[in-house]
Amino acid sequence: MQLDSILFYLFAVQILFSALMTITRRNIVYSAIWLISTLVGVAGIYLLQGAEFLAGVQIILYIGGITVLFLFVIMLVPVSEESKQRRFSSQLWVVLIVTVLLTGELGYFLWQGADSFQMGEPTPPAEIGTVTTNSEQIGQVLFSEYLLPFELASILLLVAMIGAVVMAKARPGAE
Amino acid sequence: MEEILDNPYLQPIIATLLIIAVFPLVAGYMVLAERKVLADLQVRLGPMRVGPYGFLQPLADAFKLMLKEDIIPAASDKWIFWGAPVLSTFTALTAFSVMPFSDKFYVADVNIGILFILAMSSLGILGLILGGWSSNSKYSLLGALRSAAQMVSYEVPLGFTTVTALMVAETLSMQGIVQSQLDKGVWIAFSNYGLMLVPAVVFFIAAVAETNRAPFDLPEAESEIVAGFHTEYSGFRWALFFLAEYASIFVICGIAVTVFFGGWLRPFANVGFLETPLNVVFPILLFVVIGAGCALGAARVTLAYEKAIMGVLALGMFLVAGLFAIPMINELIIGFFWFLFKVLIFIYVFIWVRGTFPRFRYDQLMQVGWKYLIPISMGGLIVNGIVLLFTS
Repeated sequence: MQLDSILFYLFAVQILFSALMTITRRNIVYSAIWLISTLVGVAGIYLLQGAEFLAGVQIILYIGGITVLFLFVIMLVPVSEESKQRRFSSQLWVVLIVTVLLTGELGYFLWQGADSFQMGEPTPPAEIGTVTTNSEQIGQVLFSEYLLPFELASILLLVAMIGAVVMAKARPGAE
Repeated sequence: MEEILDNPYLQPIIATLLIIAVFPLVAGYMVLAERKVLADLQVRLGPMRVGPYGFLQPLADAFKLMLKEDIIPAASDKWIFWGAPVLSTFTALTAFSVMPFSDKFYVADVNIGILFILAMSSLGILGLILGGWSSNSKYSLLGALRSAAQMVSYEVPLGFTTVTALMVAETLSMQGIVQSQLDKGVWIAFSNYGLMLVPAVVFFIAAVAETNRAPFDLPEAESEIVAGFHTEYSGFRWALFFLAEYASIFVICGIAVTVFFGGWLRPFANVGFLETPLNVVFPILLFVVIGAGCALGAARVTLAYEKAIMGVLALGMFLVAGLFAIPMINELIIGFFWFLFKVLIFIYVFIWVRGTFPRFRYDQLMQVGWKYLIPISMGGLIVNGIVLLFTS
């Protein structure tokens, strides 16, 4: 077996297992740690696909930014209260029906489109220095083809940031 | 045999093993250097007992830490308490894998080198936070929260200044950044009509904060919160945190050197007539002077084994000086020499800063980060971008 395939299955198992652990842990900090593991696994898959830039950004943004913020929130929430509450409701029938429906739907479309799934041909490892860098490609696409969505997204973030500043700002006279 | 030698993974594996094997020792001697320099700044002698002039102190410290009882607080979260120092050390050492020690000695040259290092350092923060949280102690939690807030604040100017430098270098690969400085014939810190000096200085300040060093060492401020996030740690786990801290200092100095100060290039890399004075005479002189210092030390100490150690050190230094005189070997190690030389200068400045400035108060820390460094770094980015646009 190729090294690539072995790594792919390792990452896949890591992602699935950690995602499962994320939603089943009672302690919210444990959930956060498993979520980090999931996101690292996704970054690993990106790396395998030759999207190094995405992998780096995935780790920096998700794991660096969001998880640090996440941990902020966690530390301010008393854990003992949180872990006593039940995480799962008992609406077993609704869940079962929805799951069966979704699985059927997904299975049907997979079966319909089975032809388009092909086992990837292993590509020979590229010579060092010959690859066009992934970051350049992303930059070019972002600033030509997807310029409008890109700018819209940044305006959205700016609005959110200004909103946060306004909300956090102490109002004169308000106690 | 041929097959093994031709394997593309051979050099990375050897380099990785070397780094993992050697770095703990390097970190130990960084600690010794720090204690000696601080002692010098405070007109003391520093460690003098173990070995000549305290030369064997790091070994003694390492043995002490390994033999110490491993105390895990009863109310702590065992798994996270166990894993946090491992995570810190792991990420700090992983960042070495893209460090361009020289044009010939490096583990990997990936085209997202600098992003990878930043990613690893942001993962490393989690080690501190989790360690502080899992100790189940007020001081640890306070230290962890402080480090989280501090890292989040200072990552922003660090990122902005790095991006500014990357605009000049036009690549993300660590080797490529050095190569572009060679092509341009000027270190990035001095390029763009000297405008890049501003980001370089901001980067340095943010780097000191990012590594939790004084005057930004609030996460472990002794006078306020005992030892911060590692209050409850002892023995080998504590040593791992320490190793991670020194590894990240080395890494961030390595980034500063690579991105702003020419990596493994010698000063004035394109000026031909400086080739011999800087690449041959300077290292030889440097090591001969150090060797002479060691020889002088050997004459001054009284115990026989201390004389022997100093003598061997002096001989070693002369030997290294001799290596630089052989053209073939010189060519192999000169890049490594310049990289380490610059990194060590930066580490010295880190220690110097620690010995000079008093610790910031918490609100001052936030003020420096958000009100000064971030606007300055953003301004630097825009101004440098405009200048680049009009000159290229």
